[in-house]
Amino acid sequence: MLAWTIYVSFFGVVALMLAPRDNARAVRWVALASALAGLGIALASLVHLPNGPFEPLVKLPWIAALGSDYFLGADGISRVLALLTGVVAVAGVLFSWNIEHRVREFFAFYLALVGGVYGVFLSFDLLLLFVFYELAIIPKYFLIAIWGSTRKEYGAMKLALYSFLGSGMVLVGLIAAFVMSGEKTTNLFLLAQQPFPQSFQLWAFPLTFLGFAILAGLWPFHTWAPTGHVAAPTAASMLLAGVVMKLGAYGCLRVAMTLFPHGLDPWGFAVLGFGSWRDVFAVLAVIGIVYGASVALVQSDFKFVIGYSSVSHMGFVLTGLLTLQTTGLSGAVLQMFSHGVIAGLLFAVVGRMVYERTHTRDLAQLEGMGLGRAMPFAAVTFTVASVASMGLPGFSGFVAELQILLGAWQAFPALALAAGVGVVIGVAFILRALQKAFLGGGDAAGARGDFATGAGTMASISLPERLGSALLIGASLAVGLYPRCLLDPIVSALSTPLFHELLKGSVP
Amino acid sequence: MSAFPMLSALTFLPLLGGLVVMGLPLSGGQLPRRVAFGFSAAALALTLLLWIGFDSGRGGFQFEESHTWIPGMAVNYHLGVDGLGLLMVLLAAVVTPMAILASGRIESPLYHGLMLWVQAGLFGTFTALNFFHWFLFWELSLVPAFFLIRLWGGPRRTEAATQFFVYTMAGSMALLLAFLGLFLAAHTFEFSKLAELGRRGELTSLLAARLGGRGLSGDHLGLLLFAGAFLGFAVKTPILPFHTWLPMTYAEAPAGTTMLLTGAMSKMGVYGLLRILAPIFPEQMQRLATPLLWLALATILCSAGAAFAQKDLKRILAYSSINHLGYCLLGIFAVANAGGISQAPGQERAAALSGACLQMFNHGITASLLFWFAGMLEERGAGCRGLDDFGGLRKVAPVLCGLMGIALFSSLGLPGLNGFVGEFLIFKGAFPLAPWAASGSVLGLLITAVFILTLLQRVFHGPLARQWSKLPDLTLRERFAVAPVIALIFVLGLFPQILLGPLGATVQQMVRSWSSG
Repeated sequence: MLAWTIYVSFFGVVALMLAPRDNARAVRWVALASALAGLGIALASLVHLPNGPFEPLVKLPWIAALGSDYFLGADGISRVLALLTGVVAVAGVLFSWNIEHRVREFFAFYLALVGGVYGVFLSFDLLLLFVFYELAIIPKYFLIAIWGSTRKEYGAMKLALYSFLGSGMVLVGLIAAFVMSGEKTTNLFLLAQQPFPQSFQLWAFPLTFLGFAILAGLWPFHTWAPTGHVAAPTAASMLLAGVVMKLGAYGCLRVAMTLFPHGLDPWGFAVLGFGSWRDVFAVLAVIGIVYGASVALVQSDFKFVIGYSSVSHMGFVLTGLLTLQTTGLSGAVLQMFSHGVIAGLLFAVVGRMVYERTHTRDLAQLEGMGLGRAMPFAAVTFTVASVASMGLPGFSGFVAELQILLGAWQAFPALALAAGVGVVIGVAFILRALQKAFLGGGDAAGARGDFATGAGTMASISLPERLGSALLIGASLAVGLYPRCLLDPIVSALSTPLFHELLKGSVP
Repeated sequence: MSAFPMLSALTFLPLLGGLVVMGLPLSGGQLPRRVAFGFSAAALALTLLLWIGFDSGRGGFQFEESHTWIPGMAVNYHLGVDGLGLLMVLLAAVVTPMAILASGRIESPLYHGLMLWVQAGLFGTFTALNFFHWFLFWELSLVPAFFLIRLWGGPRRTEAATQFFVYTMAGSMALLLAFLGLFLAAHTFEFSKLAELGRRGELTSLLAARLGGRGLSGDHLGLLLFAGAFLGFAVKTPILPFHTWLPMTYAEAPAGTTMLLTGAMSKMGVYGLLRILAPIFPEQMQRLATPLLWLALATILCSAGAAFAQKDLKRILAYSSINHLGYCLLGIFAVANAGGISQAPGQERAAALSGACLQMFNHGITASLLFWFAGMLEERGAGCRGLDDFGGLRKVAPVLCGLMGIALFSSLGLPGLNGFVGEFLIFKGAFPLAPWAASGSVLGLLITAVFILTLLQRVFHGPLARQWSKLPDLTLRERFAVAPVIALIFVLGLFPQILLGPLGATVQQMVRSWSSG
């Protein structure tokens, strides 16, 4: 059933191509229907089979010469991430309700991207996963290059090139695994069982991991992310930062760490204090947390603040992955969900609510506009998003960060401390952005007083925007107050045989 | 107990009330404030019901509720109150209506809704018995407080609000990391279980076993975790030198918010020391007792001195707040200093701890009242609140001066008023247990007396400036509002048993459990 999320998205693309060019209303409703269908299916799947083991969905022979099958399946992690995709996809459509320029193509590319993402999360054949992964890059490029804003061609090109670089590295790793195994198969389960020699894993792992990690925004290969996300139109930023970056992290976990778990083992010698690839990547991830937050603190463009905050939050995901323990890993997956929703919310406010009305993203200019009074709904939404982004308890980010820090404490305590510092800087930068953009920044007399003292002087927030905000806030709050709804599936997935080798040496 | 979940109801009442108030229309005039007051009064009534239903003879927690929340991380929704918790809940229940009454000039529904949300945060913090649950309310109460300061504060409110928020969050992160370490060692977030481990001295060995390696012994780990947790509470209380956020925050916040801040939120730090830090880390507290006592002494003396040097009424009161909580610190650290139960009789410890608890309550009431009066002066004086701005007000506003004088004398510690009892008990316990610190702190009492009397003299006595000759005295409504609190000052001063009753069994239990081995 879950496989229908993919089909529904691509049917949507086809339906849109067949729709009349100038009927924008029809186009929007088709897109919304497709996205809602995907969300509904993902939600139903999670509710129906929360703690189930791996569930194969479709397995059809595909390319016999390579032993590749059209093999789709789902475990708890896939279901959680499919739900994330559904939520962000629907929200993205709602926030793009006002697009007028080439609407049909926009939503067609959008749905194609969504379909590709669902495909990656549900593929358990490596070739199929790679095809879906690559498939997702093309719509990304066009979405930014045609409908974007700041330096859109440059941003689109940089994003696409970095993505291709990363996936190139992944392809080399996959081919190497295929050849090394001696068997004719690209099935993940079969290849994961292969006892690849340690010397092979020691170079195959970093190559594959890094290839995926580039898309996840690992420092210092993250530079495409702020540029690309800032250049992208709102819905694309929401999808890109919210979901596509998670493709990278998912790939790190599902492919690199599952196929080559011993690539993380200690080398037996130390280079500059690093004793294993795990050490190297963990340090890079934590640097990303602190660096992303620190750079966000000094940005003058509102959207860049959010762009860099994504780098910081993804650093948490990667840190969690490298703890190699159930707690840390489940925290990482939960953070993927949590940040996906929160990043969506943040970009929605900055791009759709603020920029499209004020036509500026410069914090210094926004400071003087009294947006707190002009756009009370946007102000409240951004406040909630800020609080969630800080990792305050009650929202999804807190539980995720708690688990990641727990895992990090055991695995690399010094880095846990650094991550804690990163959280505090995170508080500072989002507070600064909130103050400048909505609370009038300085203590000018005109900025005094509370939010809602009068009707907005700008175009008021439309119904689709309100619905989108409610959806995203609701998701973060629900998971924050009742994290078991996602933690149970994730933890049960982590206890399946696929992760056995990876988690073997850990203390849970 | 399948009884009505009183404590959950108590916590969710102001939460719900806040939502209701925020939904009221903007042009409702005094309606939001009245509705908010209604909710806080209902919370007070519920608290009094709790008080009546509380069995003073029993130690341990009453009105407990426990539900599994996140089993994978031993996180439970676990509430309960003992004598200390009940006292703090009562404090929050009393101070909030006072603060709402004092905010007569502000008609914003958002403001009053946020005040109720702060109250919900307070109730949650004082009743939580599981770290996750407790931390949720501890952090969440910061958000409404931030907005209250940021949106309705004085000229430097941005700086004050930001500093308040970020500084407290930094302390909280240290606290969180320390507790994560504890969780890894003990596999529990329950305060009672962690306290049990601390009492039996097993915590250090567990730390060594589960977190050891990398050259850190169990001892070192214990000290590291203690330092982290201590930092979180030190910023909140505040303890010197982590107090720098407080004077500006109290001065810039609107009057009602400052009342909440000083009346109840500041007690969250001392409460944390009593409920969390001391029971879980008795060994570390005893080892570090001397430097901790020095910190307490420094807090008492430096803040008193600073208060003496201030010219802004609100800043004087802010530093005075730090000073009064310093005495609580003296009591707590003196007991920690005493070490094992066999080394010193329980009577003195009980005195010191009872004194600390009473001091929290009494100071909360008195300080709130003082900030209320300071706010009234500021309103009447068209924004003036300097020490030298007024003078001779006794002649035009005798009731205001009289009542404020009572509050000031209580703050000074005059016997017969509520401020005396707590301080007396603390010193009674601290002198035998830590004589040098107690002696040094007496100096603090003297300096306090000096600046309070100076305040009285400069504001109420002396020549009356012409601009104040028409200063209105307290209106009838204000007198009715303030009267119950003044009555409370006298009643609690003359009959402290009212509060000591429920506290008794709890303090005895604290005395027994705060020893390592």
